[in-house]
Amino acid sequence: MTDSPPLLSVRDLRVVVNGLHILHGVDLDVAPAGVTALLGRNGAGKTTTVRAVMGLMPRTGSILFAETEISSLPTHLVVRRGIGYAPEDRGVFAGLTVAENLRLAERGGPGGEPDYALVHELFPELRKRAAQSAGTLSGGQQQMVAIARTLLNRNRLIIADEPTKGLAPKVVAEVADVLARAAEAVPVLLVEQNLALVRRLAGTCVVLADGRTAHQGDTAALLADEEAARRLLGVGTRRPVAETTASAVLPAPAAPVPAALVPAAPSAAPPSEAPSVSAVTAEVKP
Amino acid sequence: MDTIVLLSCTGLGLGALYFLIASGLSLIFGLMDVLNFAHGALLSIGAYATWWAGAEAGLSFWLAVPFGTLVGTAVAVLLELSLIRPLYSRPRDQILATVGVGLAVPALLMGVWGADARPFPQPAALAGTWRVLGATVPVNRFVLVAAAAVLLLALRLFLTRTRYGLIVRAGVEDRAMVTALGIDVRRAFTLVFAIGGAAAALGGALGGLYFGSVTPGQGTGLLVFGFVVVVMGGLGSVTGAAVASAGVGLVQQFANYYTGAGLGDLSVVVLLAVLLLVRPRGLTGRLA
Repeated sequence: MTDSPPLLSVRDLRVVVNGLHILHGVDLDVAPAGVTALLGRNGAGKTTTVRAVMGLMPRTGSILFAETEISSLPTHLVVRRGIGYAPEDRGVFAGLTVAENLRLAERGGPGGEPDYALVHELFPELRKRAAQSAGTLSGGQQQMVAIARTLLNRNRLIIADEPTKGLAPKVVAEVADVLARAAEAVPVLLVEQNLALVRRLAGTCVVLADGRTAHQGDTAALLADEEAARRLLGVGTRRPVAETTASAVLPAPAAPVPAALVPAAPSAAPPSEAPSVSAVTAEVKP
Repeated sequence: MDTIVLLSCTGLGLGALYFLIASGLSLIFGLMDVLNFAHGALLSIGAYATWWAGAEAGLSFWLAVPFGTLVGTAVAVLLELSLIRPLYSRPRDQILATVGVGLAVPALLMGVWGADARPFPQPAALAGTWRVLGATVPVNRFVLVAAAAVLLLALRLFLTRTRYGLIVRAGVEDRAMVTALGIDVRRAFTLVFAIGGAAAALGGALGGLYFGSVTPGQGTGLLVFGFVVVVMGGLGSVTGAAVASAGVGLVQQFANYYTGAGLGDLSVVVLLAVLLLVRPRGLTGRLA
């Protein structure tokens, strides 16, 4: 598995918006199987990176997908090459019904029929609520719609941007199960703040800091290395702030120590597993 | 009583005309964020094409109207492909370009056919009047209302029953996400422009019936009220535009009759201001 070429290979990805440099050269490889995690502190450029890959932001650099350059393609053609995208804000159309949200995602073409069997098996809830307006769904249900839209077509890669953000712990576990299940068939690039989830799902990870790639490698090894994890991820700082593309400039790696002892927010980690965050930060010396 | 009936029918006829222009404006703005100041020009083109086909080329009215509508649709598509599409990432230039077209087309029409009003050929079947509750109402008022009702129904069916309608409704909410589902939203843009152009051109053709003549500035004059209606109805909402059209047409007619002439137009602006104070998002804030 490690010998085969990466499915998605990003080199020197740069994004400039209104003269503001948000990404200064991101390198990123997505393994051809399993989950690859995209990590980093708030404002490190994770969401910008995936939006740039999708063609939703003006970008320069090289983006090879299945050994084809896609960096100059418009968004809809990037998607049609076989990338399913579940964005950070879920991107669910509130005024449309659940069924209409799914129908909109049907791509047809050579990919074949939309796989409603899989979607309804994973999310029986969505079948029950087919006629309900998506704007009236709970956050977790909306996330299910967003993920279901990526599973409907035979994608070659799924990009999920913080799919567990703001969800109740029980729902986080459900989403994690679905992602694990999806990753058996399709490689997943997962942007995630929840390190317990990352440890469970992701074999490899890429860490961004200040709009650059700071680390790439084995997830377990990184999370086991307290010093590296603290330096790269600032674990324990846990600002409950959404990552915004404009706030890309954060101070260099130096975790505020006192905050590290604050327990993880309950919404951010499943209660069953001890969050790896506290495991790491517990030994940080003041 | 008969005055009230006449004023109501005329007001609804005028409202129907407003709806023909506003429905396209509303969809175009809702989906594409384009304020199409050239929309009045599309109406004028439809009016002149219909007049030309009927009075100059000698076609019957029933062929002249589809011809005029078709010409307006074609110009709208051409406008979207050649002028709007290259300027998507430059909204300010887009507005300037549409304003330019909105000024150039009436000037061109004036240059070719003169500034004077041209009498519009009225088919015998629509030239008469109907007696409604004691009032004598010109038949063309009902033609306009019927055309607007058919358009409203057709647009609602399009929006709720077709895939492109689904794309338009989704695109009004979040255009970027529509492309992120693998859909080329630009095709929907062109389609919406075509629909809006067709409706406006039809408005021009039937407006000729209503006013009895065509003038180069007709479209531009109606465009102002079209925008008022779009804002009142909620940007991007077709049903809202229909309700607002009827309201504006009625208020304008009644105010013009019962107060001084010209106060009707003013009262429409007052109505708009009051509505925006009470409901800043317009009547609906929703599409369809």
